[in-house]
Amino acid sequence: MNALTIIFYIMAVLMVVFSIMAVTSRKLLRAAIYLLFVLIGVAVFYLAVDYMFLAAVQVVVYMGGILVLIIFSILLTSHLGERLQVVKPTTMLFAAVLSLVSAGVVISVINGFTFITSTFEGDKLTVAHIGQQLLSYDQFGYVLPFEVISILLLAAMIAAIAIAKYKHQGKS
Amino acid sequence: MNIYDFTGLTRSIHEGLSSSMSPLAVTVTEFVIIAFAFMIFFTILGLVLVYAERKICAFFQLRLGPMRVGKWGLAQTAADAVKLIFKEPMITKNADKFLFNLAPFIVIISTFMALGALPFAKGLHALDFDIGILYISAVSSIGVIGILIAGWSSDNKYSLIGAMRSGAQVVSYELSVGLSLLTIVVLAESLQFSEIIASQEAGWWIFRGHIPALIAFCVFMIAGTAETNRGPFDLAEAESELTAGFHTEYSGLKFAFFFLAEFVNMFIIAAIGATVFLGGWMPFHIGHWAGFNQIMDFIPPIVWFFGKTGFLIFLMMWFKWTFPRLRIDQLLTLEWKYLLPINLINILIMAFVVLMGWHF
Repeated sequence: MNALTIIFYIMAVLMVVFSIMAVTSRKLLRAAIYLLFVLIGVAVFYLAVDYMFLAAVQVVVYMGGILVLIIFSILLTSHLGERLQVVKPTTMLFAAVLSLVSAGVVISVINGFTFITSTFEGDKLTVAHIGQQLLSYDQFGYVLPFEVISILLLAAMIAAIAIAKYKHQGKS
Repeated sequence: MNIYDFTGLTRSIHEGLSSSMSPLAVTVTEFVIIAFAFMIFFTILGLVLVYAERKICAFFQLRLGPMRVGKWGLAQTAADAVKLIFKEPMITKNADKFLFNLAPFIVIISTFMALGALPFAKGLHALDFDIGILYISAVSSIGVIGILIAGWSSDNKYSLIGAMRSGAQVVSYELSVGLSLLTIVVLAESLQFSEIIASQEAGWWIFRGHIPALIAFCVFMIAGTAETNRGPFDLAEAESELTAGFHTEYSGLKFAFFFLAEFVNMFIIAAIGATVFLGGWMPFHIGHWAGFNQIMDFIPPIVWFFGKTGFLIFLMMWFKWTFPRLRIDQLLTLEWKYLLPINLINILIMAFVVLMGWHF
């Protein structure tokens, strides 16, 4: 049993525990912090398979970006003593059935999927390779998705500015 | 070869451990050794920086600063640290205790992780990822979560306002720090710290990169000072209006964590600036002047690294004690209407310069 296996099992158990805590906690900000731990666990898995770039992107995007946004909105909308209501039993049952079904679909798809072995040659995947592949227009290049996502983000940004700039009639 | 090369030392430690232990035990032992080394370094750094800040502040204000404890007050910060350890840790009655206790650790862990990636000398390097700069900006972005939950869980209006200001500030100035570093990454053609330093063998980028490098350096220093919540951008803990901002309710060791993290973050920003713009531990070299370069090589790299970093820290302290504090709208205007557009245009100019091969 090597160090990586031990780290994998520790992180796997922690992630499962924190995922359950994130959905069962009745304090909103605590749930967000448990989610933070789950996301850190994913980053550790990427590090464990030596995929530094994806680990850093995971931290930047999910922890530094999305989670900070979630915490900001919690800070603006809720206060310290507030607790979430316990949902009705029928809703709980429906949610449980739905999540079990979706988990079943995901597991069956992953089991039936044949993973293609990477054709990458060279001893280490560097960030330079990823950058070139991201902007390459040869086979397996990603320039089209890259540009499409850029346009999507630009549209979202302009929309956000338009909403923020919008003034109600009569209120100056 | 080079007498100041640490690669041989670290390799011999690794081989010595490997000869007597299993690979798992070697990994764990090395983790523990490095963790202890960094903890000791972290503490000493904190003490030295706090002392330097008080002395420099005093000289700017024509005072003497701490003089009583030890010669020239040298033992003052150590005495303060002992006092902080013995202080009673207090928690406000309605605080969310779990988050309140967790927040200082999130802040200090992110500082520790960033500190691990700094190159102190050739071979004296805990983490040398090929994504170096991206890694540092990634882990230092976790710290803001600690600040936000510290302010929220304290159950205090000053803390909450301080945390919101601080969060807005860190999130916006992160962009400028990242983009100004990218300007030099375009020149150095690598994100890895060891390669960025190696690429400055013939001269530091701030001299070889023409005016774009100089602009990037200025933007980096401004945005870096803002990202560490230091004056003139310290409105997150503006003492005249918010008592102490997000850490108002913290006392004792937990307050010390925030305090230390702030100072070590300043060191990290200065060290990144020194590494990327001023060549890190690389001595002052001028092109092909072999004799001059040889003489410069006699000064150990550690001296170069700490000298440059110390100079940048002095600059940041100079800012703090010279400029008046900004208002929140001025702060956001500076970032979004000035620094960010300047940065984006600057990075384009730099890309053009590199494309045409105009840099030295």
